[in-house]
Amino acid sequence: MLRDHLAPLTPNREWTRNLVLRPELGSLVAAALLFIFFSIASSGAMFEIPTIARVLDTAWPYGIIAVAVGLLMISGEFDLSAGVMVGTAGALLGVMATEWGMNLWLALVLSLGICLALGLWNGVLVVWTGLPSFVITLGTFFGLRGANVALSKYFTGDALIENIDEASGYDALHAIVATVFGTAPSDFRVSLLWWGGFIVIATWILWRTKIGNWIFATGGDREAARAVGVPVNGTKIGLFMLTAGAAWFVGVSNAVRYTSVQAGQGVGAEFFYIIAAVVGGCRMAGGYGSAVGPAIGALIWGIAFIGIPQAGWNSDWRWAFLGVLLLVATLINHIVGERVRIQRSS
Amino acid sequence: MSTMEVSDDTQQADREPPVIETRGLGRRFGPVVALQDVDLQLHAGEVNCVVGDNGAGKSVFIKMLCGMLAPSSGDVLLDGAPIEFTSPRQARSFGIVAVYQDLAIVPLMSLWRNFFMGAEPVRGWGIFQRFDVAYAKQTMKAELDKLGVDLGDPDRAAYTMSGGERQALAIARALYYGARVLILDEPTSALGVRQSGAVLRLIRRVAQRGTCVILVTPKPQHAFWVGDRFLVFKRGRLQEDLRSEDLTLEGLSYLMAGGGEVDELQNVISEAATA
Repeated sequence: MLRDHLAPLTPNREWTRNLVLRPELGSLVAAALLFIFFSIASSGAMFEIPTIARVLDTAWPYGIIAVAVGLLMISGEFDLSAGVMVGTAGALLGVMATEWGMNLWLALVLSLGICLALGLWNGVLVVWTGLPSFVITLGTFFGLRGANVALSKYFTGDALIENIDEASGYDALHAIVATVFGTAPSDFRVSLLWWGGFIVIATWILWRTKIGNWIFATGGDREAARAVGVPVNGTKIGLFMLTAGAAWFVGVSNAVRYTSVQAGQGVGAEFFYIIAAVVGGCRMAGGYGSAVGPAIGALIWGIAFIGIPQAGWNSDWRWAFLGVLLLVATLINHIVGERVRIQRSS
Repeated sequence: MSTMEVSDDTQQADREPPVIETRGLGRRFGPVVALQDVDLQLHAGEVNCVVGDNGAGKSVFIKMLCGMLAPSSGDVLLDGAPIEFTSPRQARSFGIVAVYQDLAIVPLMSLWRNFFMGAEPVRGWGIFQRFDVAYAKQTMKAELDKLGVDLGDPDRAAYTMSGGERQALAIARALYYGARVLILDEPTSALGVRQSGAVLRLIRRVAQRGTCVILVTPKPQHAFWVGDRFLVFKRGRLQEDLRSEDLTLEGLSYLMAGGGEVDELQNVISEAATA
């Protein structure tokens, strides 16, 4: 019978299968271990509510964007302009609200439109030119890095835009994006709920919609996906816009929360998102990953960022930690990738 | 080698009408004639083996049938009516589907995700529209069951499949999307004996279910076991059109090895010619 003859299966199939189905598993274990490690190193300070609040408050801005960057990475692309886009969104909102006296809600919509257009620019350029997104978005990165500060100075005379809370519509917007639960230092921002919602929606899209299937297919094997009718280009462009949208959300949230915007902010953060996505089990070459993973990756960054000084170490070790983390995570992903390559050629 | 006569076309005249037909089909690349004057009628329920040397024109023929290459001359007819198609996607909409060696299977995606890639079944409306996973898994299993194939857990990643399983999934997918003419490009080339046997049986079963199969394979044993009809291409022409009952495995091997050239070679190597 045909049933008997097809397929001698690989012996450790269950193991690989579970790994494939749970790309974020490794990062979850790592997060737990790190938390325990820093708890011991800090003599239990990690377990205190104020510390946890700081960990989460450090993690969420990276976490929200990392989720989008993760989906983009699964589709096989990078966005190096995601960090500086945070500054763009904040500066746009700030200039519109303070210099031009615009209602904050209107400024919100307009700044979103501009950020999405920038995401569209990234996506269309990548799709049309066929150049690596690394190069295209690096161009956008430098373009925005200059434009953010130059345009802020042009319109306001300063790279620091202040007094956003004087704009009309501020109180309502503050309630939505920056409400505080609890009292300092045990305070939690509503941003955490937004982050959670973002993870849930991204997970839903990835696993339970046809767009999710397109994302996996586009990154897994672009030509195969195209051959069976997956809108490969549309999927990529959409994800570049999603990433820009996520950066916009973080940018305006911070602008409203702090009532001021540093036009130069976000530079350098693009790597955090990519590291968070890789640590969270997304495959750099695409085709594999989850939405929860990058969020956990950002959480790990939060744990280390707060845990290292808590443990009494010099804060500069954070960067070294980040480097080691990236290497280890990439190595693990690479081993998974190797397995795939071996399986495929057999 | 007296078995190698061109089979009489009148033999098929009483049969049901052909599914797909070519008339004067040809292709040139500049001044080079890659293929010319191919007149063929292919029927449902038969496995047609396309046989020939490199450069004989068989891959050009296949590529024109599946829409990857536009003919320079001649027509393709489906159910007796001429059809125009300029891409594999258009060909597919006519029910002509090619399964290539790379199979369009994404290794890191689960079986059911692969099966419905690009044609995901959905339920719900608007933003609540979702990939109907339960339906997808059930349907895939049912489609594979029809062909007597069991791939096990639909959630496992595609790369865990053996080469034979991969072929089976690709073939079942093509049939699910309405393939009436199924073109298989060397489906057993990377497989061991057991897996090859399973895939060849699968191909027979596909033909028995009423599909017109066009099979390209360089292996005479495989072709002979599975084929109803053998289309031998040589130097850009359809040289011979034989039915399996008119042919022996030796005769087919001889043809596939290059026919007369082998004789010549043997004559050169061993002075005594075999009777």
